[in-house]
Amino acid sequence: MASVIVHPEKELKVVGTSPVRPDGVPKVTGLAQYGADFSLPGMLWGKILRSPHAHARIRSIDTSKAQALPGVKAVMTSADLPEQKFEYVGPERVAVNFWHMTRNIMAREKVLYEGHAVAAVAATTPAIAEEALKLIEVDYEVLPHVIDVDEAMKPEAPLLFEDMITRGIDPPPKEPSNVSKRIEYKMGDIAAGFAAADEIVELSFKTKPVHQGYIEPHATLARTDADGQVELWVSSQGHFVVRTMVCRLLGIKTADLRVHAAEIGGAFGGKTVVYVEPVAVTLSRKSGHPVKIMMSREEVFRGTGPTSGASMTIKIGVMKDGDIVAADALMKYQAGAFPTSPVMNGLMCGFAPYDIPNVRTIGYDVVCNRPKTVAYRAPGSPISAYAVESTMDAAAKKIGMDPLQFRLKNIAKPGTQLVYGAKIAHEGFAETLQALQRHPGYTKPLGKNQGRGMAVGYWFNGGGESSATVHVNEDGSAVVATGSPDIGGSRASTAQMAAETLGIEYERVRPIIADTNSVGYTQATGGSRVTYATGRAVIGACNKVIAEMCARAAKIWKIDVEDVIWEDGFARPAGKRAGEFPPLSFKDIASKRTATGGPIVAASAINADGQGPGFAAQFCDVEVDPETGQVKILRYVAAQDAGRAVHPKYVEGQIQGGVVQGIGWALNEEYIYDRNGKLENPGFLDYRIPVASDLPMIETIVVEVPNPNHPYGVKGVAEANIVPPMAAIANAIENAIGRRLTELPMSPPKVLAALDAEQRG
Amino acid sequence: MHEMRYEAPKTLAAAVSLLAGASGQARVLAGGTDLLIQMRGGRVDPELLVDIKGIPEMTSIVADNGVFRFGAAVPCMELVEHEAFAKAWPGVIDGANLIGSIQVRGRATAGGNLCNASPAADTVPALIAAGATVSVVGSNGRREVPVEDIATGPGKTSLVRGEIVASFLLPRRPPRSGDAYLRFIPRTEMDIAVVGAGINLTLDEAGVCSQARVCIGAVAERALLVREAAAALIGTKVDAEALQRMAAAVSAACRPIDDKRGTKEYRIKVAGVMARRAAQIALDRARRKN
Repeated sequence: MASVIVHPEKELKVVGTSPVRPDGVPKVTGLAQYGADFSLPGMLWGKILRSPHAHARIRSIDTSKAQALPGVKAVMTSADLPEQKFEYVGPERVAVNFWHMTRNIMAREKVLYEGHAVAAVAATTPAIAEEALKLIEVDYEVLPHVIDVDEAMKPEAPLLFEDMITRGIDPPPKEPSNVSKRIEYKMGDIAAGFAAADEIVELSFKTKPVHQGYIEPHATLARTDADGQVELWVSSQGHFVVRTMVCRLLGIKTADLRVHAAEIGGAFGGKTVVYVEPVAVTLSRKSGHPVKIMMSREEVFRGTGPTSGASMTIKIGVMKDGDIVAADALMKYQAGAFPTSPVMNGLMCGFAPYDIPNVRTIGYDVVCNRPKTVAYRAPGSPISAYAVESTMDAAAKKIGMDPLQFRLKNIAKPGTQLVYGAKIAHEGFAETLQALQRHPGYTKPLGKNQGRGMAVGYWFNGGGESSATVHVNEDGSAVVATGSPDIGGSRASTAQMAAETLGIEYERVRPIIADTNSVGYTQATGGSRVTYATGRAVIGACNKVIAEMCARAAKIWKIDVEDVIWEDGFARPAGKRAGEFPPLSFKDIASKRTATGGPIVAASAINADGQGPGFAAQFCDVEVDPETGQVKILRYVAAQDAGRAVHPKYVEGQIQGGVVQGIGWALNEEYIYDRNGKLENPGFLDYRIPVASDLPMIETIVVEVPNPNHPYGVKGVAEANIVPPMAAIANAIENAIGRRLTELPMSPPKVLAALDAEQRG
Repeated sequence: MHEMRYEAPKTLAAAVSLLAGASGQARVLAGGTDLLIQMRGGRVDPELLVDIKGIPEMTSIVADNGVFRFGAAVPCMELVEHEAFAKAWPGVIDGANLIGSIQVRGRATAGGNLCNASPAADTVPALIAAGATVSVVGSNGRREVPVEDIATGPGKTSLVRGEIVASFLLPRRPPRSGDAYLRFIPRTEMDIAVVGAGINLTLDEAGVCSQARVCIGAVAERALLVREAAAALIGTKVDAEALQRMAAAVSAACRPIDDKRGTKEYRIKVAGVMARRAAQIALDRARRKN
């Protein structure tokens, strides 16, 4: 791991080191409690019946035989879920519509994808529950289906919703379609921009939906009290989000639903919504027993979200000296069975790394008969970046400029206006590109059948609502409770920031993830927001603890609190009282809490803004087997601006993880459907995420250009890293074989076909 | 839901009698790396499982003056770690060492691989190329059958009710012999062959190929022994031209389907490439053994 610190600051003791993770020992000894590890006396096993059809009208469901099977305690269908109002709620970028959500939890009028849940049972054993599913009779009227985004947009395509009128077009279209929404951003004058350009490059691309690929399938345990109180254990990135959604879907008072975040075995955005949770609660309420539901891997693939596949066209106008003068993008994203793909993010992020005067981005959100998409690491941005960064590469080639130099010439800087209205407010893009440029590998000669490619990636990063409570214990240790499920090392980073702020050892801080009734509201772990926003809440609570510690010291010394300062974990008399008393340590004061006013507890709750964006620049070297089309990644170098790396090893791990997921997306991952819209590869054997032997060691360059809005300079690091790989690899393949692949995945048959086309000329 | 019976007989005769006497669907359980997945996936629902790992003939490796007999229930890792066998038949080891992960290979067996009758089975092409036979035991006694005659199509074998593949027999090798198995997968491991090629060849003292067997997997309903491909090597010094003709014969013999693991066109093309590369490895191994 190479490190580039642009603005060295005062030396920190804990922030910037890589201590052992607080959750490490339970995980490596197998004792950590994941979603499926919770059980209760009298517990039932819930199982879900799923649609065998990609698209069908449900004429009727008869559950009577299942209900009559001995051992079955509850059966449910969508009839057990209250109808929801049709309205999009929340900020436009992440709007949800509970009318859609309840139908995704359990199909009502129609099933919209193979794997769509239609009924569920709870029984005393998993085998009885399984048997009961077979006794449920569903009468389907099978309808024509559509999988591909371009097909779904055709006028003759089968409609998922017969009354869906495209939003965002004025006047609204008269005919319904599968296009849920049109979005357009523009600035400058793109016609004039292209007219002035020396060269114009236009290319079209397609990508496939890819699954987040978390190792732990969805699992939940629900219990209900006789008075209607409900308790839930979930594998989720946001147990408060689960609470909000389940309460709304089932009509439960928020204070009556207590949600516990279990240890989590991967999520990557895929566990920011609910699937099994409202089902388990409903079955528990109907049966009066606790109910556990665990998905199989097959159910995860058939029933939970991937991110979108897309069809895109990018046009870029450049001057011979390398200036980009105009950019135009058309992006059609698949939303899956219900509206809202991350197309808006794609439109916003695609050109965000660049200072371009004339830009337009148009997007379509399109439904089709496959699982509803859900967030996946920098949702939307990797898809558009694949198209934009491939086109940038072609543009650089056209004017004979080094692709990295070309990007550096056009890089966005503080003040750069972006097409979606915001201005870049932080430094770090150019510094990250320059760090990559300095890597000795970038200019190393390549061998036969080898190629080098680079790309950059942008992600907004998140702030938002977070809460933290710090409890000081009598032995001088501290418990830091937050509402942020730890999916990427945030317990370590928050403990480090707490230790640094309080001036105590990292080992004296015990970070925990409190349940929804035990800590203040906290948004989901996502958007690379936790170390920034929850980190600020923790630091805020620690500062309140310090103020209280100073007050207790003043009480002990019988001096004014204004005459006490906190330095390196000690209260010291200061000002006119300086030197009058020996300093009191954190532990000294903690041990005297009873005599000085009782428990020392502080909470902080914030809605953080001012996050720094994520920016990544990467290059890779590949070798293409000319006879099989197999692409081997020889070297991968990834630079990213971390603001400040609180735990450098985890930052490195985040970068490596994002790159590896990107490599899988680039080379092999895809859903294979048969003629009837049935998924043929619902498992890791044929849905090919990379294995360790496919990969070189991913070299990382951690660039640190601090974010002035965070006490330690933190910028989120979890997502920007997955944005460049698809384009970087496509560009490297183009460099190796002289042909550009414009469709993902760039699997061996596609590469071999491109090679054969090259030979034919 | 019904009861499933599990039996672990100690003799082949007992196993045969259990299988022959079963009233419903009966399955032989060796390593279980295919069977358990099929059961969990609901594809098979046997009434009787006969675990054969307690039968001595099926779990031992016996070397006798260059001839090897290994039990059908010997896990792949035992073959890999058997020094004399691995030295004699490196191509068979190539195949045995590609299945799943080390953990999976600690359970998976060549017998199970053969009787599961997947056209993509990784141990089968090299065993066919090796000229291996299997000892099949049933109610009517024992018969010796070439490996290529066992699988007849995906999931289908020529075994009759009650018959068990007990062991594999590999003949004594002439000097200057080498074998190799190569497969193509999109990843580097933990995958199923898109195409596979097993080659076994022998050189005479002048370095001319005197015997050859070429077998390809995952390009037809079962592994194919391609005599035309072998003929392209015999009588040559296995030079580039001979290899090219052998590859062309391999591609010509392919009759694959399009499926989730590969297209017809791609399989036909890459089968020739894999066969040529495997032949090169087999040749290098033969040359080292003079």
